[in-house]
This record gives sequence, structure tokens and C-alpha cells, in this order.
Amino acid sequence: MLEPGALSVRRLGGTVRDTALQMATWFAASLVAGLFLWLLFDLIRHGAMQLDWSFLTTPPKSAGRSGGIGPILVSTVLILAVAIVVAAPLGLATAVLLSEFMRRDSGIGRSIGLSLDVLSGVPSIVFGLFGNAFFSVWLGLGFSILAGGLTLACMVLPILIRTAESGLRMVPNDWRLGAEALGMSRATILTHVLIPAAAPALVAGLMLGIGRAMAETAALVFTSGYVDRMPSSLLDSGRAISVHIYDLTMNVAGGDKNAYASALVLIVLLIIINTIATALADRALVRRITAT
Amino acid sequence: MSPSARDSRLVWALSASAVIASGVLLLILLFLARESWPVIHKVGIAKFLRGDGWHPTEGAYGLVPMLAASMAMSGFAILLAAPLGVASALFCRFYAPPTLARIYRWAIVLLAGIPSVVLGLWGLTVIVPLIIWIAPPGTSLLAGGIILALMILPTVALTTEAALTAVPKAYWHGAAALGLSRESTILGVALPATRASIFAGILLATARALGETMAVLMVSGNVVQIPTSLFDPVRTLTANIALEMAYATGDHRASLFVSGLALTVLVLALAAGARRSGGQIVHA
Repeated sequence: MLEPGALSVRRLGGTVRDTALQMATWFAASLVAGLFLWLLFDLIRHGAMQLDWSFLTTPPKSAGRSGGIGPILVSTVLILAVAIVVAAPLGLATAVLLSEFMRRDSGIGRSIGLSLDVLSGVPSIVFGLFGNAFFSVWLGLGFSILAGGLTLACMVLPILIRTAESGLRMVPNDWRLGAEALGMSRATILTHVLIPAAAPALVAGLMLGIGRAMAETAALVFTSGYVDRMPSSLLDSGRAISVHIYDLTMNVAGGDKNAYASALVLIVLLIIINTIATALADRALVRRITAT
Repeated sequence: MSPSARDSRLVWALSASAVIASGVLLLILLFLARESWPVIHKVGIAKFLRGDGWHPTEGAYGLVPMLAASMAMSGFAILLAAPLGVASALFCRFYAPPTLARIYRWAIVLLAGIPSVVLGLWGLTVIVPLIIWIAPPGTSLLAGGIILALMILPTVALTTEAALTAVPKAYWHGAAALGLSRESTILGVALPATRASIFAGILLATARALGETMAVLMVSGNVVQIPTSLFDPVRTLTANIALEMAYATGDHRASLFVSGLALTVLVLALAAGARRSGGQIVHA
């Protein structure tokens, strides 16, 4: 493909305006890149010193100033697991309905889509308010891993549905027609053709959802709570890693070092998850190209 | 079981899931309204917009300082992020060598994924001490604005870049055929053709800035006041909810739900604006 810049004729020496614009974009880009590197450098510099195996496995001591984040990692995983176990089947089913059983321009399909788009725009603190009022108080779950996980499930639904829907839509139509010609029922086509074919895209969407949920703080503070002990059941309060970082920074004098170490752990996990998601999404795209 | 019976069960199960999934939004709005209702019913909406301050335990529910702080901070953040974001996209598309553009784009995507608590932590330990040098106490509208700008800049940059990619090739060819220089192509073709989408991106970024909680809470000082300078510590609507939910009861708690409702309406209105403006992408 031709790059737009390559096509335009460059006058000898350029104009003043051109030079000014070029300098401005380079300046803006270096400013942004500089700030980003500064942030990354600080995270690694302050975080890496504390980070070792025992930090990941031992419980926090003296409100988190020393010790590790063992129970916090366990709580984080449990909260994410609740969110995914609830949201993934619900999201997949809705996506299948939207892509396989409804026309893209049908009224019901569009209103489901609209409600999802609106939902994805709701601020996370509002999810926190809702989760507290509905799951913690109205359903009586209290401050618990279950309440936090369910709140996050509501939050990641739109992203799960939208990615699964577009993954399913990418499956070539010939495959559906071929399967129907073989006399397969819609249910069989779904489980034997469509879902396997869209699997990389489905998992990529799942990863994006997990990443989004893991970075979340505001929705969890009033649903899964602050308790940093090892949770003994899903009805126990459990402190997610993002809440831990917040608490160490704001409420614990001298907690900065461990806050940075926890932040580094969080960032590394997020990068791993995002890399998997991107790789899978690329694979899904490659499959589509080779299949058609 | 016959295939058709399995199919009708399948459709039934899928529809039930879809009803639940799209019901979440209604449930959220319902519960916000339900929890806000006692205090709205008792004192009326007008009380929330009056200037008698925020003393919810004494019956003064003035949200104006928090609203002003939220808007000032988001406005300031957008003022920083919009030019930097658009310039970032232009940089990737027109000026950077391909390898550098790829690395830079990757960095922007990574920046978009940095959790807000992490930015808050960095802001509090690095940016705030720098601001203290200029004017104490450091935790301020300025610090919040800078951190917010970093958070929303990727939104502006990525939507602008997507819009630039969607410009029909004929436009570039036309520009080249007219012998336009690179700068004239950008100013005369690329930016006018993508204006609507860039605007949509900026609206989305503003919505995100208004709804952001943790980073803002950590760096902006949380004093309830109408800001008069960039160095004033302020408390945004979102920070107020996060700070007081822990102990609020009764009407106080209900008034926090009112601010949550106000915030949701504000953010959704911006998102709707973005959708409307994004609808008329590129083609004039």
C-alpha cells in the first residue's frame, strides 16, 4: 500500500509551515513517549527491588508495608474467576443470538446492541455504587468476593459480547451453508463448526475482559472490600491487587515501596494477558483470510 | 431429542441470556434511581444545585463545587490530551519511520492499558512532589489534569489514527495529483476529512475523564471547593463518591447515589454525542 506521505510531492527544502508541523508532531510524540518511559522506568526501578518469589507468596505484614501479596493474588484470581464464570457463558450466548439468529439491522438486535454500548460507557464508580446497592445490600452478599466478581461480570459483559459477536461473524458463511446441507441442526452447527472456528477470537475477547477486570479498582472498593486476609470462601471479603495498591498509596504511610512492587506485578500480568489476546486475535484474522 | 426440539431449546436459552445481558443496564439505572429516590423526594433536585456547600449530614447537598471541579479537571485534561493525541496520530501516520511508528503505536496501546491506580500511584509519588516545588500542597487540579491527560490521550490518538486509516485512498491520490506538499495534505485533506471522528474521539475521551475515579482521587487533594487556580486541591464528583461511600448512611448515602446518577447522565450524554458525530465519518 502506498503511504500517504510518500505520495505527496515534497518541494525542495520544504516550507516553513511544513517544518513547523513536523517539529510539532515530533515534539508531541517525544513528550508522550518520554512521560511513558519515565512512568515505566519508575515502576521497574521502585518495583523490581521488592519483587521476588516470597513477595508473591507471603501475606502482607504491618498493613502491607512489608511482607508480600499472597492472599491478595488469591483474592484477585477468585474475583476474576467469579466474573468470568458468570459473564463468559452469558456473553457467548448473547453473541450467538446476535450473530446467528438475528439480522444485523433487526430492531431487537439493535436495541440489545445499543444497551450494551451504553453499558460500556457507564463509569466504573457507578458500577461500584450499583454493585454495593444490588449485590452487597439487596441480595445480602455483603462485602464479598462473590459481590465483587458479579459486579465485574456486569462490567465486562459488553466487551465479551462485542468481541465474540465479531469473531462469530468472521466465520465464512459457506461453512454454515455446508453444515446445513449435511443436515446438522443449528445447535450442532454451533458446537461443532461455529464455536471451534471462532475460538481464537472468543479467547482473545475473554483475555481483554480479564485484563479490563483486573485493572479495575473503583467498582471493587465497595463490593469486594478491603480485607487482606486469605479468603476462606467466596462470601469472604477479599482485597484485589488494584485495591491493595490504592490502599498502600493512600492510607498506609511508607507503603509506597510495596505499592510499586504490586503495581509492577499488575502491569506484568496485564501485558502478558494483552499479548495473548493480540496474538489470538491475529490468528483469528489469519484463519479467516486462509479460509475464504 | 429431535434436532428441531434441540434447536428451539437453544434459541430459548440464548434469548434468556440476551434478556439478562441487556437487562443489566436497566437494573443499574433502576437501582441508582431507587437508592437516590428518598433524598430527591425529601429535598428536591434543586437543593443539589444550590450553593450552600456539601454538608450532607446537616442537610446541605450542594454538588456545585464537585461538578465544577470535575468539569474543570476534565476540560484541562482534554486541553492537554487533544492536541497531543492528534499530533501522536499524525506522527505515526505521516512523519515517523515505519519501525518507530510501530513502536510508538505499541507504547500508546500499552499506555491505554495502564490501570488508573498505577497512574495515581505514579502521579502522587512523582508529579505531585514536582508541583509542590512550584506551589504547595501539590495535590491539585493541575496534578489531576496531567494524570487524566495521560489516561485519555490514547483514546484521542487511537480514534484519530483509525479515522485517518479510513480516509478513502482517492483523497490521498487526489492530494498527490494536485501536487500538495505533505503539510498541505495534512491540513487541507487529512484533518478536514477526519474532523467528525476526531471530535467524536475527543467527546469519548472527555466522558472517560469525567468518569475516572481512582487516579483523580489519589492526586487531586479532595478539598470540596470551587477551584480558582490550577494549584487548588479539588474534589471531583467521582472522588466524592469513592471517599464517602465507606461510611455514608441514610440521606447522605442516597445523596451519593444522586451524584452517581448525575455523573451517569453526563457521561452518557457525551457518549451519545460521540456516537452521533462519529456516524458521519469521513465522507462529506
